[in-house]
Amino acid sequence: MAPSRQRSVLDLIRARPGLQTFLAAAVPVGFVATLLLIPYVLLLVQSFWRLQGGFITHEFTLENYRRLFGTDLYPNTILFSAGIALRVTLFSLLLAYPLAYLLAFKVKRHRNLMYMAVIIPLWVSYLVRAYAWKIILGQEGILNGLLQAGGLIHQPLAFLLYSRWAVILALTHIYTPFTLMPIYAVLEAMPPALKEASQDLYANRWQTFLRVVLPLSLPGVLAGSTFAFVLSMGDFLAPQLLGGNDSALMVSNLVWSLFGVAYNWPLGAAVSVIVLALTLFLLWLANKLESRSNYGGEVEGRTAGQVIATTRGGK
Amino acid sequence: MRRTTRPPDRLSAALWAAGMAAFAFIYLPLVVVIIYAFHDSPIIAWPLQLGTLRWFTALAHDRGMIAAAIASLKLALLAVAIALLVGVPGAFVLDRHQFPGKTAFRRLVLLPLILPGIITGVALLSFFSFVKLSLSSGFPWVPGWPVVLGHAAALTSVVITQVFARLQRLDRAQEEASQDLYANEWRTFWNVTFPNIRTAVLGAGLLVFTLSLDEIAVTFFLIGRQNTLPLQIWGLLRRGITPEVNAAATVIFAISVGVIVIWARLLREDEPAR
Amino acid sequence: MDDITLDIHPGEFLTLLGASGSGKTTTLRMIAGFEQPTTGEILMDGASVTTLPPFKRDVNTVFQHYALFPHMSVRENVGYGLRMKKVPAPEREERVTRALAMVRLEELGTRSPRQLSGGQQQRVALARALINRPRLLLLDEPLGALDLKLRKEMQLELKHLQAQLGITFVYVTHDQEEALTMSDRIVLMRQGRIEQIGSPRELYDRPLSRYVADFIGETNLLSGTVAESGPHPVVLQYQDIRLSGWGDAPLPVGSAAWLSVRPEAVEIGSAPETGSANLLEGRIIEAVYVGSLLRVHVLLPGERRFVVHAPAGTSVKIGASTQISWKPERGRCGAE
Repeated sequence: MAPSRQRSVLDLIRARPGLQTFLAAAVPVGFVATLLLIPYVLLLVQSFWRLQGGFITHEFTLENYRRLFGTDLYPNTILFSAGIALRVTLFSLLLAYPLAYLLAFKVKRHRNLMYMAVIIPLWVSYLVRAYAWKIILGQEGILNGLLQAGGLIHQPLAFLLYSRWAVILALTHIYTPFTLMPIYAVLEAMPPALKEASQDLYANRWQTFLRVVLPLSLPGVLAGSTFAFVLSMGDFLAPQLLGGNDSALMVSNLVWSLFGVAYNWPLGAAVSVIVLALTLFLLWLANKLESRSNYGGEVEGRTAGQVIATTRGGK
Repeated sequence: MRRTTRPPDRLSAALWAAGMAAFAFIYLPLVVVIIYAFHDSPIIAWPLQLGTLRWFTALAHDRGMIAAAIASLKLALLAVAIALLVGVPGAFVLDRHQFPGKTAFRRLVLLPLILPGIITGVALLSFFSFVKLSLSSGFPWVPGWPVVLGHAAALTSVVITQVFARLQRLDRAQEEASQDLYANEWRTFWNVTFPNIRTAVLGAGLLVFTLSLDEIAVTFFLIGRQNTLPLQIWGLLRRGITPEVNAAATVIFAISVGVIVIWARLLREDEPAR
Repeated sequence: MDDITLDIHPGEFLTLLGASGSGKTTTLRMIAGFEQPTTGEILMDGASVTTLPPFKRDVNTVFQHYALFPHMSVRENVGYGLRMKKVPAPEREERVTRALAMVRLEELGTRSPRQLSGGQQQRVALARALINRPRLLLLDEPLGALDLKLRKEMQLELKHLQAQLGITFVYVTHDQEEALTMSDRIVLMRQGRIEQIGSPRELYDRPLSRYVADFIGETNLLSGTVAESGPHPVVLQYQDIRLSGWGDAPLPVGSAAWLSVRPEAVEIGSAPETGSANLLEGRIIEAVYVGSLLRVHVLLPGERRFVVHAPAGTSVKIGASTQISWKPERGRCGAE
C-alpha cells in the first residue's frame, strides 16, 4: 500500500482551479480596476456634479448636460471636430490604400524592409511630426518660399498656417501610417489565388479590384478609418500648434480649457463623457458593419476595436 | 528561362504614382525638420543655409531640456517596470483562465489605446484629485506618482496585447511535455514558457518605453513640478520656434530609428523558421 | 467520457483505438496527468496516482505534434527529463548520446528541432521520452503526420522497440490497420465507453458488436431476425432466406441481430460442395482489380451490397447473376 502523501500548499492550490484563477488575476485585474475603471467611472459621476463657488459639489445634477445641449456652442464644437476628423480620415484613406496595395502586391523584394520604412515615422515623436508643418507652412516657411521662388505667388500666403487646413494636413500626415497598417494586414493575408481566379473568369484588373479585392479588404479599411477618425477627433496637440483661431472650435481644446484655465471640471467631465460615448458608439458601429457585411468578417480573427488597439499597441 | 512581366501601363503607373506620393507625404516633413537642424540661422525660413551644429550644442547646454530628458527617462523606466509586472500576468490570465468579467477586463484594458489621450488624462486627473494624491508626490526621485501610475495604466494594455498574442501562438503541448518530463509548474515556466515569450516581453517593454517617452496628453494633466521632454519642447514651441527644437527632434528621430531596428531584430527572432 | 474500467498489463503494447470523440485521447491524458477524471481512480501498481501532477508520475508521453522545445537543441530536448531529475551532467550526456543512437540520430544532436524533418522530429520525441525509462510510455497518434511509407516503417520500428525494451506502451490511434499491426491488445472505444478489449485476432475474428465488426477491417453486414436460438449456429432470417452464423451467446428468438462476414471468407460462383453453407443469389455490379486480388461488388436481394475477394485471375461479367456462399463458422452474429 502506498503511504499517504503530505498535502502541501501547492497541492491545495493545484486542486482548486478557482483559487488559481483568483491568484493569477488579482494583480492585473486589481490594477486595471483601480487605475482605469474607477477613473473612467469617476469621470462619468463627475459629469453629474457641478461647480459652486469655486468648489465641486457632490450632488447629482443634470445642469452640465443641459448646458451642453442647450446652447449651440457645444454641439457645434463636436460637429466641427467631427468634420475635421472626417476629412482627415478620407485623405488618409486615399493615401494609405494605394500604398498598402503596392506594398502588399507589387513589392516583391525587401517587402518587410519597405513596410518598416513606412512604419518608422509612427515611432518618431508625434510632437515633432506636428511641428514640422509649422516649418513648412509658415509665412517664412518652405512652402511659401518655394512658391515665391517659383514665381507662383508674390507674397507669402498667410492662410496656410494657423487654420483648419493646417490641422487637417498635419493630422493626415500623422495618421496615414496608422490607417495603412490594418489595410496592409488584410491585403497581405489575402490568398493570391482569389485574384487569379477572378482574372481566370474574365475580369480585368480594375474589375478584380472592385469586385474582389476591395470588398475583402473592407474590414481593414473599416478598422483603419475608425482609428483615424476617433483619434483625430480627440486630438488636441495639432489644433493647438497649428490651428490658430480655429483651434478653439475643437472638442479637445474645450476639454483642455475646462480642465485647465476655466477650471470647470464637472462640465469638462460632461464633454469628455460625450466624446467617450461617441467613440464607443463608433467602435460598436464599426464592429456591427463588419459582421453585417458579406465579405470577410474580421481582420485576422479580431474585431475592428481590437485591431486598432493592437495596431497602436503593436506599431 | 526569362521571366515574363507585363509592360507598365496607365493603371500601374497611376498606382505607383499614388503610392509614391503617399510615401513622400509621410516622410518629407520629417526630412525637413532634420535638415533644418543643421540650418545656420535662428530664423527658420527659406532659403537654407546648411552646415552648422550650433543647435545641437545649444541643446546639450540647455539645462531645462536635460532635466526634462532625465525626468522622461525615469518616468519611462518606471512605467515599463509596472506595465510588465501587471501586463505579463494579465496576458496569462486572459490566455488561460476564465472568470466573471473577463470580457469587460479585456475591453477596459484596450480603452486607453483607443480613446483620445485627453479623455484618459482628465479621467486620471479627476481620480488622483479625488483620492488626494498630490501630483508631485515622490518628487524628486520620481517625477510624481500620478504620472507614473497614469503611464503604466495607459500602457499596460500594450504589454497585455503583445504577450497575449505570443501566448496564443505558443504550443501548449510543450508545457505539457515539460511537466511530463518531471518539471513542476515553476520550472516549466522558466525553462519552456518564458524563453518562448521572451522576445514578446522585451518587445512590449521597448514599445512601452518609446510610447511613454512621447506621451503628451495624459502627461500634461498629471505632471507635477518637473516637465518631461515632450512637454518641455511643447512649451518652447508655444512661445515660438527655436531652432534648438529641430536639433532635439533630430536626436529623437535618431533614437527612434535605433529602437525600431532593435525591435525588428527581436521580431525576426520570433518568427518560426519553418 | 462515460464509464471505463481498464487494466493495463505490464510489458504489453496496448492500443486505444477509436474515431474522434471516442475518448481515447482523453483517457491517455488522464493517465499522463493532464486531465482529471470526475470520478474514479487511476492506479499504478496498486497505488493511486489520480491526484498526482504529471511531473510526479513515472509516465512519459510522445505528443501528437511532438512538442519539441524550439529554443533548445536536440540534445537539450532529449536530456530535459534527466536534467529535471537532477542527473549529473556527465551521466546525462552519455545517456543522451545512447538514446540518440537508439533512434539513429547520433549526428543531429546539436541541431535545432526546426531544422529536422517530420520523421526525425518524431524520433527525437521518442528518445526524449524513453531516455527516462518510464514504467509506461504513452503515444498520442505519433505517426499521423508522416507519409504512408514512413508511417509503415515506423509502425514496425515502434513494435520492435517496445518488444526490445519491455516497457509498457499505451498507443492512441484512429487507424484500425495501424492498431492491428502493432498491438498486443486493442481497446476499441466509442463515445466515451469501451466497446471491446482483445487481441487483434479476437477483435477481427470474434467481434462482440456490430460496431466492432464494422470498425475493424472490412466486412459485409446484414441485419435480420433470429429464427433459431443457440450460439453455434445462430440462425438468422434475412429476407426470405435462412442464414447461419456463430455468436458468443444464445440470442432470443425473434430479436434483431446482425451478421458479419469478411470479404475473404465469401466465395463467388457456382454452388459450393457442402450443403450447410450459406447461399445467396445476387448480381455482379462492379469488379475492382487491386493487384493481388479482385474485389467484386455483388448486389443482393434487399438492396444490400456484398464485397467479395476473388483471386486476381477470376473472370467476372458485370451485370451477370451469380451465387455467393460462405461457411457458417466464418460469419459472426450478435444482437443489434
